[in-house]
Amino acid sequence: MNYNIDNKGYYGEFGGAFIPEMLYPNVEELRLNYLKFMEEDSFKDEFKQLLKDYVGRPSPLYFAKRLSKKHNTKVYLKREDLNHTGAHKVNNTIGQILVAKKLGKKRIIAETGAGQHGVATATVCALMGIKCVVYMGEIDIARQAPNVARMKMLGAEVKPALSGSKTLKDATNEAIRDWINNPLDTHYIIGSAIGPHPYPDMVTRFQSVISEEIKWQLKAKEGREDPDYVVACIGGGSNAAGTYYHYLNNKNVGIIAVEAAGLGVNSGKSAATSALGKVGIIHGCKTQLMQTADGQITEPYSISAGLDYPGVGPLHSHLYKTGRGEFYSATDKQAMQAGLELSKLEGIIPAIESAHALAIFEHKQFKPNDIVVISLSGRGDKDLQNYIDYFKL
Amino acid sequence: MNRINTKLNDSKKLLSIYFTAGYPNINDTTTIIKQLEANGVDMIEIGLPFSDPLADGPTIQASSTQALQNGMTTKLLFEQLKDIRKTVSIPLLIMGYFNPMFQYGFEAFCKKCHDIGIDGLIIPDLPLDVYQEHYEHIFKTYDLKNIFLITPQTSDERIKQIDKASSSFIYMVSSASVTGTQSGFGDTQTDYFERIAKLNLNNPQIVGFGISNSQTFKAATKHAKGAIIGSAFIKHLNSNGTNNINLFTKSILD
Repeated sequence: MNYNIDNKGYYGEFGGAFIPEMLYPNVEELRLNYLKFMEEDSFKDEFKQLLKDYVGRPSPLYFAKRLSKKHNTKVYLKREDLNHTGAHKVNNTIGQILVAKKLGKKRIIAETGAGQHGVATATVCALMGIKCVVYMGEIDIARQAPNVARMKMLGAEVKPALSGSKTLKDATNEAIRDWINNPLDTHYIIGSAIGPHPYPDMVTRFQSVISEEIKWQLKAKEGREDPDYVVACIGGGSNAAGTYYHYLNNKNVGIIAVEAAGLGVNSGKSAATSALGKVGIIHGCKTQLMQTADGQITEPYSISAGLDYPGVGPLHSHLYKTGRGEFYSATDKQAMQAGLELSKLEGIIPAIESAHALAIFEHKQFKPNDIVVISLSGRGDKDLQNYIDYFKL
Repeated sequence: MNRINTKLNDSKKLLSIYFTAGYPNINDTTTIIKQLEANGVDMIEIGLPFSDPLADGPTIQASSTQALQNGMTTKLLFEQLKDIRKTVSIPLLIMGYFNPMFQYGFEAFCKKCHDIGIDGLIIPDLPLDVYQEHYEHIFKTYDLKNIFLITPQTSDERIKQIDKASSSFIYMVSSASVTGTQSGFGDTQTDYFERIAKLNLNNPQIVGFGISNSQTFKAATKHAKGAIIGSAFIKHLNSNGTNNINLFTKSILD
């Protein structure tokens, strides 16, 4: 089976572009051009150069010796937390700002939940001198004040999403509405592997630098390109998509996804989309999503704002449905403990999103000789207040 | 003949009104429909509320949120409408987003619409290619018209494709916008209306988005067969409840 996207924009039964006609010209323009742009040598050169000199890539592949000993297996951490702006998000925003420039767009819009994608977007807009508007739920603005301040320092306008539940899902709706109202000069930088085709594929390709590097880095350290497992946390699923990409069709490599169980999968306060979701349409794509029996999209919960999304990228729905991926979910408690454990054992404070991936050891026992690569998608600075409150530090 | 097409054969300009089912109160649906018909409205779009209506502006969004809080569901709407054809004869359409219909079971949804006497559907996020590949035959089986949208950014070539796939009318979005955000029409709209008129499409056009009073209704119907009012009527319902619907329609038609 091929796990890549097909020529109609679907992963198996998932994906597509379920968009109002008002968005059709923009999405079609993007669909017709994104691969062409990405294959141009000058585009590739500029993208690579920026990833190297501006983002600080390649990000290290670090053998976590004490963590490995504790869990009796060989653990490597892919250090996306060391990227400029502190997470993997910037890989995608660098790529998309170059696409936007090639399309001649003069204004950028983005949605953000915790503010990481908003900051990464505001950053590349500052870099390129392009106007930037970030939509953020009113509730998230209140609870993520430092990132709001960062975006403002970077010159972006942060607009509150006042509708619905006033969180990420509503910020995404507002960004889509902005694009409908400004169809000519604006590019929408979606931050995850979600949205109408070609977004999931475009975002995945920009993030695929993660697994591209893992291959040669692991070869240098272990003499082989293929780990036994790649592990990532999944909200919308962009770091996971990038971590899996070059291994999707390689059955020697196990794919593991960790979703946010919140207070427990069946607690009513969860974001474990593959366990709780049903097939439906959200933000322009067909995928697994959390909804009522009547098809109304419900509000998820996780302590991690970056995993607090009611859908999941269509690639991941396909990996789940076909059984290619093993899906687990970690509770708030398991993730917070895993974050604390990494801090104490390796001197690395992870983002709470990434801590969910580290909580895999609560769910799966690996063999001593297994090589397990975990995507450490972001650093924990932004979550310090959460850690302080949780552990009463 | 489908009621929509019969109505389109009238020589007059058509006034179509949108309202959100379950708003302002859960049981207002049939009252509003009957009042609209009694006061000279030609066609009604019954809005099936959705949690994430991304082509709609703040007014319709807020009415959808309220309707859902009031307890509106697809099943309840069908229950409310089950006897509607005993008293109402003008064309009735359901306008809603795809996900609630998909969860109901799309064919079951269409069958139910047919049994009730719904004449057509407007589903902004069901695109042309998906419709043609997977759903067109279901619309045909249940004699439902699928209404497509076009906008000022839609290319002539695509408008022709949409015209070919349509068999009643085309919903002509007046400007690049979500619902309820425009205050009037300028030269851009006039140029656009004239451009579309010159294409000599097989299906008549009905203009929506930005129509709120008799002035905009007249401007919109100068080149088109009719016009649809949504947000302005929702605002009326917000202030008046189901009272004074006659005054609202009079203000448009006079």
